[in-house]
Amino acid sequence: MSEEVAVRDGLFVLGDHPALVGGRCEECGLVCFPTSDICPYCSADSVTPIELSRSGVLWAWTAVTAPPPGYEGAVPYGFGVVELPEGVRVITRLTEPDPSKLESGQSMQLVLVPLTAAVDSGADQAVLTYSFAPSESRRAAHRKAER
Amino acid sequence: MTDVVVAGTGIHPFGRFDASSITDMGVVAVREALREAGAGRDGFQAAFCATAYGGVASGHKVLGRLGMTGMPIVDVEAGCASGGAALSLAGGAIRSGQVECALVFGIEKMPRGIIRSSFFEPWQEAAGLAATPSYFALRAQRLMQTSGVTKDHLAAVVVKNRRHGASNPDAMFRAEVSAADVLASRVVCEPLHLWMLCSPNEGAAAVVLRADHARSGSRGHSEGGPCAGANVRLAAAVLRSHLPGSVLSESTPMSGLARDDVPTPTEIAARAAYDEAGIGPDDLDVVECQDTDAGRELLSYEELGLCEAGGSAALLEKGGTALGGDLPVNPSGGLLSKGEPLGASALGQVVELTRQLQERAGDRQVAGARVALAHTVGRGANASVVVLVR
Repeated sequence: MSEEVAVRDGLFVLGDHPALVGGRCEECGLVCFPTSDICPYCSADSVTPIELSRSGVLWAWTAVTAPPPGYEGAVPYGFGVVELPEGVRVITRLTEPDPSKLESGQSMQLVLVPLTAAVDSGADQAVLTYSFAPSESRRAAHRKAER
Repeated sequence: MTDVVVAGTGIHPFGRFDASSITDMGVVAVREALREAGAGRDGFQAAFCATAYGGVASGHKVLGRLGMTGMPIVDVEAGCASGGAALSLAGGAIRSGQVECALVFGIEKMPRGIIRSSFFEPWQEAAGLAATPSYFALRAQRLMQTSGVTKDHLAAVVVKNRRHGASNPDAMFRAEVSAADVLASRVVCEPLHLWMLCSPNEGAAAVVLRADHARSGSRGHSEGGPCAGANVRLAAAVLRSHLPGSVLSESTPMSGLARDDVPTPTEIAARAAYDEAGIGPDDLDVVECQDTDAGRELLSYEELGLCEAGGSAALLEKGGTALGGDLPVNPSGGLLSKGEPLGASALGQVVELTRQLQERAGDRQVAGARVALAHTVGRGANASVVVLVR
């Protein structure tokens, strides 16, 4: 089995119970993602990394149909914003590449997906990034079973 | 405080010009503006050159070619608002009494295709999060959720601007299009089709600003007098950046807060510009706004206060923003017709609006226009709002 690595260290927790790593500011209480040493809202040096909720609701979405600069994976792929209970809206890939199959406010679940073409051909390593999948979607469940 | 007037304007057409360098295009625009202003090599005491992709000393190369150096030459980068930023600096230098006359020009030769921006980090590119049009699409999609905007409205913006652009000899696309044509172009990122997105391209624009001591202190409009060559006053040139918290802000953050009350950079810049000019949106006669994509134009209506929040689709439907309407927006054809050479686009708007106020705009003239607003917004985030008054 290949080793799994994050597309960027510290972006999310790997493993069976993945989670995005955000930051909660001890001064203003606001949550940011990715986490940072300095609060982007109040400049305080008191941000504590926290694991963000794995599920949220869909706030905006589209699909990317042509590979953007520097991206070597497959197209099309979903792209959008998911709002999490911590009061933060996150820019994310979506597993659903057909915008007509998504609707505002639907429940979404965090998943980690391989960036296929980003796998180092020499090393036995899979580069993962974060994505969100429709929670109740049979398609998503089916895909999960396939994996 | 010293009043500032636009003494001259110049433009190199926007498009693709393989045989011309970025410097060549700058020379054309600068010469025309200096000629209009009646200014020679000693006619200005500072120069500000707006460019995002030009590289080191882009402004020096243009003025060096013209044998016009010695004064401070400052390159200015503020993304899509670079020209507005340069204008703001030049206006400030004149108002403060530092210089009597300043040359402001914008030049650009954009790479082809989806622009690879140094703004994104390598991991964002690898993860597929650096697709610039997809962020435009999300903004347009939110507008569809909040303002009753439909794909037909998005197509109608393109039809309107391309109709305007048909009579602009400096535009890249000069053929009118139908809504069906627009909707038949391929989907780039739902809901945006290819023709709803502007083309990054090449071009240059230049403006000469001069102190007008005679008019200083007068805040109202000038009355009567000849229009061609009429004094056009720079009533405001404001640059603002974003506040944190909006996930779809042009600052392109990876997250934002779950709230919708964070003012956008355009709203902040517009408020400050209206304040500085002593006018409100109701006083405007003509507007050039950022139409990077069709949705962006509609969002600009709301952010600039041309309509109430959520009212952009209704304003467009009424025809209010078409030539002949109450408040024509993008009579030049906008970026959808002209294309977007980042450093030059904001000054291209100022050239258009100055000529509109001087009744030199030919077939696309907005009759009797006296108060004009130019708006750009883009990565950074940077937003500029310029108010010109005849």
